[in-house]
Amino acid sequence: MIKFIFKGILRDKSKSVIPLAVISVGVMVTVIMSGFLNGVFSDVINQNAKLDTGHVKIMTKPYFENKEQLPNDLALLEIQELIDSLNLNYPDLIWTPRIKFGGIMDVPDEEGNTKSQGPGIGLAIALQNSKSDELKRLQLRKSLRKGNLPSESGEILLSDNYAKKLKINPGEKITFFGSTMEGSMVFQSYKMVGTVEFGSPLMDRGTFIIDIRDAQNLLDMENGTGELLGYFKDGIYNDQNALVISNEFNSKYSKSQDEYAPVMVTLKDQNGLRESLDMGDAFSGIFIFIFILSMSLVLWNTGLIGGLRRYNEFGIRLALGESKRNVFKLMMVEATIIGLIGSIFGTTLGIIFCYYLQEYGIDISSDIENSTIIMPSVMRAYITSDLFYVGFIPGLFSMLFGTALAGRGIFKRETARLFKELEV
Amino acid sequence: MKKNILFFTFTIILSLYSSAQKTNNEKALEIIKKIDNNMFSKTQIVTSEMIVYGKRKKRIIRSKGYSKGKENNYTEYLSPEREKGTKMLKLDKRLWIYSPSTDRTIQLSGHLLRQSVMGSDLSYEDMMEERKLSEVYTAEIVNEDIYIDSPVWIMQLTSKVEGLAYYKRTLWIDKNKFVPLKENLYAKSGVLLKTTTFTNIKKIDSRWFPMKMNYKDMLKDGKGTDFIILDIAFNTKIPDNYFSKNILKK
Repeated sequence: MIKFIFKGILRDKSKSVIPLAVISVGVMVTVIMSGFLNGVFSDVINQNAKLDTGHVKIMTKPYFENKEQLPNDLALLEIQELIDSLNLNYPDLIWTPRIKFGGIMDVPDEEGNTKSQGPGIGLAIALQNSKSDELKRLQLRKSLRKGNLPSESGEILLSDNYAKKLKINPGEKITFFGSTMEGSMVFQSYKMVGTVEFGSPLMDRGTFIIDIRDAQNLLDMENGTGELLGYFKDGIYNDQNALVISNEFNSKYSKSQDEYAPVMVTLKDQNGLRESLDMGDAFSGIFIFIFILSMSLVLWNTGLIGGLRRYNEFGIRLALGESKRNVFKLMMVEATIIGLIGSIFGTTLGIIFCYYLQEYGIDISSDIENSTIIMPSVMRAYITSDLFYVGFIPGLFSMLFGTALAGRGIFKRETARLFKELEV
Repeated sequence: MKKNILFFTFTIILSLYSSAQKTNNEKALEIIKKIDNNMFSKTQIVTSEMIVYGKRKKRIIRSKGYSKGKENNYTEYLSPEREKGTKMLKLDKRLWIYSPSTDRTIQLSGHLLRQSVMGSDLSYEDMMEERKLSEVYTAEIVNEDIYIDSPVWIMQLTSKVEGLAYYKRTLWIDKNKFVPLKENLYAKSGVLLKTTTFTNIKKIDSRWFPMKMNYKDMLKDGKGTDFIILDIAFNTKIPDNYFSKNILKK
């Protein structure tokens, strides 16, 4: 039977070409859009997590309220005790301190006078701590463009764009000029050992990286940090778990009289990510729904046209004694085969395009040059297991749905009028 | 006939108003010239303490400053240990800072001059602003009042030159001493940026001078920065080498 239907589909191309084309294109676009949106959202989450928010972040309450100003005078102090307690209470998380601070970077000429200078944002991480995952997390080795990573105290990394702007090369001296946690004026000279590219225009504009211990000494923040970031040990952000942990942690300090009591926030509750990602999810859901609906309508229409074209064929089959149910059933089997072929073809094409977008991506760095949020400069698709069914199932069902709607006409045919209709 | 009377009355009112306005402006200019005479001198040597109220603790920074005319200013920080030996030199519109710990001299310019000095409510631009009010602002008396037991004129100053840090200033001027008691500093948009209060006004060498000032950056939390003058000398000779880049070395 299937072989017979299959031959019918192959020989009568008018039965299959348009539905196959519609399903293939529809499924392909659904797969590409789904893979692309997944990729962009995942990249936004990952980049924010590794560069700024962590999976959860602990700050003092006043620091959190003014965090745009990088207020290190409101920093967390005695952090080792806090980290010990966090390790005990939340064993699924790894904790790492980070200090962000602003200042002026000044490059001297041969005589020690200012050759070039510019404001920059410092990021202090556990560079020299062999137990820390920060190098791996920030992919600094992979991001290195010139020189080496700092191997000892007093060495500094600059973002590649910032180094170009300051006209400084690895091995040269650079002086930081800013203020300590308490506001004292501070100067510190460093050896610039390398440049990195973060892949985020906001970070690439003017960031420099030093070791956390150097920063604590520089800013008079002994055993202190601006932010304490927590990452799930499996490296995957789980919003529900993060919310449970942050609620539990915050409830301990909700009645604290300490003005500088710590507060924990989840990744999604920072940088407006919850709103953006929820809206993105909703839009992608709406987009896929509208796409499937319109694909079903097109296929219904195609089925109707096919039904009209095959009006005589169905009439003869009914006149020869074939039951209406059987004609409808065979139509549905035909639709299933066409749906399967179209969906497989569309999914394959969609995954091929997604692979291309995963490897090469779309460079939007020039469009987001002045962006004030952390987002990737290259938008990529990600191939995930759901791409194998996200277009396939709707592709198949929209064909069946469209054919079923169009096939209702078969049951409206009256056998008594068939001969008249067929002009026999 | 009626029309002629109306026109005549209108002309008289207009000329009276214009003459009153002129008198007001002349008086205002005269007042700010007197303020300039009190606040500015050919040279000044000032030993001062700047009290910066941080969120967790306060810091007291002691310095000795030498200034000559409107263009030249040299300051050496005396304490605390972290700031000791730091030197600042302003020549015309250029500012250099010398750090003894790195033995580096850094020149600041452009928007970097709007940064806070040592976490205080003062910017480098504020510290560099030494032009006489009468030279760069037009003045107008807007009201008279009593401010903390002193009769004052409330004056509004509007910039008449480009590039000033504050486009408008409102000053409460002591009528008897010709010194400001309070000052509000505004951006061109009308936003209040800073307020300054002047207290402990003393007579030194026949001029009245405020010995304590509180600067409050209205865009920041906190209670501002106190600037206390411990010692001040006017029109004392200062050697020329104090205003040369060579002084910025150990």
